[in-house]
Formats: sequence, structure tokens, C-alpha cells
Amino acid sequence: MTKIIKTVGVCGAGGTMGAGIALVAARAGFATVCFDRSGDTLEKAAKQSIGFLDKSVERGKLDATKRDGIVASMVRTTKLEGLADCDLVIEAVFEDLSIKRELLGQLDAVCAEDAIFASNTSTLSITEIASGSKRPERVVGMHFCLPAQLMKLIEMSPGILTSEEVFGAAWQWTETCGQTPVKTQDKPGFILNALLVPFNNDAIRAVEAGVAEPADIDRAIKVGLGYKMGPLELIDLIGLDTQVRLCEAFYPITLDPRAATPPLLRRMVAAGLLGRKSGRGFFAYEGNTMFGA
Amino acid sequence: MRYAFIKAGPSRSFSDDDAFFRNRSDPAGAEIDIYTGARFKADPTKAAILIELQDECLGEHVDDQAPQNANVLGFARYRNGRDEPSNLVEIVRHSGTKIAAVQAVRELFSAAGLEVVVCSDHVGRIINRLVIPKYNAALRFLDEGLASQADMDLTCKLGLGYPDGPIERVVRGGLANHYSTSKALFEAFGLPSFAPPRRATAAFRRDEM
Repeated sequence: MTKIIKTVGVCGAGGTMGAGIALVAARAGFATVCFDRSGDTLEKAAKQSIGFLDKSVERGKLDATKRDGIVASMVRTTKLEGLADCDLVIEAVFEDLSIKRELLGQLDAVCAEDAIFASNTSTLSITEIASGSKRPERVVGMHFCLPAQLMKLIEMSPGILTSEEVFGAAWQWTETCGQTPVKTQDKPGFILNALLVPFNNDAIRAVEAGVAEPADIDRAIKVGLGYKMGPLELIDLIGLDTQVRLCEAFYPITLDPRAATPPLLRRMVAAGLLGRKSGRGFFAYEGNTMFGA
Repeated sequence: MRYAFIKAGPSRSFSDDDAFFRNRSDPAGAEIDIYTGARFKADPTKAAILIELQDECLGEHVDDQAPQNANVLGFARYRNGRDEPSNLVEIVRHSGTKIAAVQAVRELFSAAGLEVVVCSDHVGRIINRLVIPKYNAALRFLDEGLASQADMDLTCKLGLGYPDGPIERVVRGGLANHYSTSKALFEAFGLPSFAPPRRATAAFRRDEM
């Protein structure tokens, strides 16, 4: 029988992704438990979420009564036991296999036998994460896109041992939330990152090879292909250090040379050129304004 | 700026119906000569000489060490296989190209409402060098069963804001065309990521039969 989901827990709800996922759940009418070890980050995330909902009201996308209902349906906790009544727990904690495996082991002890555990991992294997739980058949991949409260796409991946019933229930839940799920195998980077990380690296290598200036590379991609953002502008946005971390996650698993960290990227990170957040990456920024593009 | 076309066959960038082609000048008074398929002749008196490129590099047409070729550039209007040409013109400069010639060509195409990017002389220029490995990966993922074609395309559109997905784009442009471009890049770079994928190779061979 398909699991009925009424209460949803989000682990790592103090983070940007976790907070966004919690908003998706609460907005769809689910009682939502926001869990994070840090009470401060939880409070901060809650304020940002309320700010987001307030803006939705201002823009006429949400009425005030509904906003109040959403806020009321979200509870915060720094204790894992607070997730005990959750039918579905979505983890969005740090992208580290041992941390995620350990968390699932702890959730085993707290949550009901028929609870569903979902991982928001973007790079790690669902099957490997699920091996941290004594009930791997109840673990499913559920990768949201940033910002989760705005992006509809969810990459859904069953692990080797995931039961069809669990996958179906999780899939149905994403649709109930108004999201658009797509099914992928449990492979590194699923679809999005498997295509994007090497593509971004190729753009960096083109700069390094002197093929063209960064601005010309981005303009070519935007005008020629109709992309909203060029690859180098995108790397500046996500952070050059983050791109290094993605490469370091991918390359050892895939051994795909395109996924290996480009030497120029390493040198730029060493020089403190991290992209928008440091004021300079492939382009220079002042505040939110971009120069050089 | 007056420009002339020296054509010896159809152009992938500018068809005979294209406004840019129709507005051409007589070769005698042109400041820029545009060669499409015809064998080019050096003429240092011109502001620039443009050679339309397919998948090859400019070096196959000109000796970049020869001073009389300092005003020669390559160009290609980007198009995805049999799709209509995009608004983007990739200009290729060789190591000896003068800045004044680049500037003249920039002004020429910009005045015609086209977007211009400049790149050095490499097979694949900017776009094909970057997208061919990505499309090859997507086709391989499809073969490996990572996801359905519809889901891969939808993921790229919803998750990355692309106007079309990688598979639908390659199929629309023609798998056999994709094979030819991949092959040219694979021969130039020797990297597995450029190797024509199974589906494109099969489509090309089917067309040959």
C-alpha cells in the first residue's frame, strides 16, 4: 500500500537548499518540521523564508491568510527526535557521504519503520547513502534545484534496493507539491550535474587554451544557443571553489578527464578569485554589477 | 562599408535570400571580400578578407606567417546542423591578423545586426568545441539508460533554463550532421569526448547506404 505522507521533515533546514525544500513542503499544505543542529541558522532561515512569503504576498502571488497558514505549519527543532512523527524526511545536509550515512542511521532510531528517507544529494550515490540505513529499501534520491522554492525540477533516483512502492510514494509527493519530477538512474551527477560540470570545465579549458576571451565565450553560448547565462558567468555565480569541489566529487568516481579540475581553476581559487562572492572571477564585479562581460 | 561575395557554392552562413547577401556590393569597389567556397586570393589593399569556414581551421586556407595575409580572417555564422543560422558570427583570427582587420569585420557584421565574437584559430571555434562533448555525453547517457530522452531534455530546460534539450537539439539538427562535426573535432583533438557517438555514427552510415 502506498505510504500516505502528511508530515515532512527537512534535515539541514538552516541551509539555503533545506530552507527552500521546507517552503515547498509547507506551501503544499504539509506539516513541516525544520531540523538543523544550529538554532541560529534555523532562525535565520526562518526569517528569510517569511521574507520570501511576504514578497509573494506583495506581488499578489499569495494571499496573507495562506501565508499565515504556511508559516504556522512550519515548526523548528534542533533535536533529531523532533522528526519522529515525519512520514517523509528529506536530508539536505553537507554533501559528504559519511555525514549523510550517519544521519540516516540516526533517523532509523528516531523515525517510524515505514517512514521514507529522501536525499537531496547532487553528486553522491543514493545506494551508498542508503547503506547507512538499516532500511535501504525506504531511501530515495530527490534532488531539488536551487532555489528550491522557485525551481520546479526534481531529479528522482531509486537506489539499487529502493522499493517501487517507496519510489512511487515519493514521486507522487513531489507532484502533489506542484514540482516536476524526472527519473534518473543512480549515477554520479544524475542528469544535471553530469552534463553541466564537465561543460563548465570545458569552458575554463577554452579560456586556458586561448580560444577566446571569457566574455566572447559566454556571448557565443548565449547568442548561439539561447542560454540565459554563459558558462563562465555561471561558474562565477556558483563560486569557483564550489566548482573545484564538484570536480573533486566527480572525477574520482567517473575518471572522466572532462570532470577533472582544470589547472586554471585551481590557480584562480589559490589567488582568491572565487567569482561574485569575492568580487572577481572570470569577470570583475562591484556590488551586484558585472563588468567585463 | 562595402563588401562583396566571391561564391563558389552555397554558403551555410548567408543564403542567396539573406538580406546581408542581397546588400552586397560589386567586387571592384568592395572594401571587404567574403569568400564562400571559392579559392581565396590575397589582396593587402582590402580592409579585410573573410573566408567562410565549415569545420576546418583557417590555417588550412592561409599561411599565417605570410605578411600579405595579415588582413585575412575566417568566419562562420553558427548553426546547429540543418537549423537556420543563428544571429552569431564567430570570427577567426590567425596569429598574424591585424587588429584593424578584426575591427573592420566587427563593424561590418554589427552594422548588419549580427552578434560577433572573436576566437583564435582552432577547429570547432567556440561553440562546437564546447557543445559537441556535451551532446556526445547526452547521447551516451541515453544509450546507457540514465534517463529517457524526454526527461533529459526536460531536465536541461527546467533545471538550466535552456531553450531546448540536448537530444532534441541534435536530432533536430540532424544526427548525421552531428557525426560529421564530431568527427572533424575528434580528428583534430584526438580526445574521446569528441568521438562520434553511436547514434550519430549509425545515422550517418544509414544515410550513406
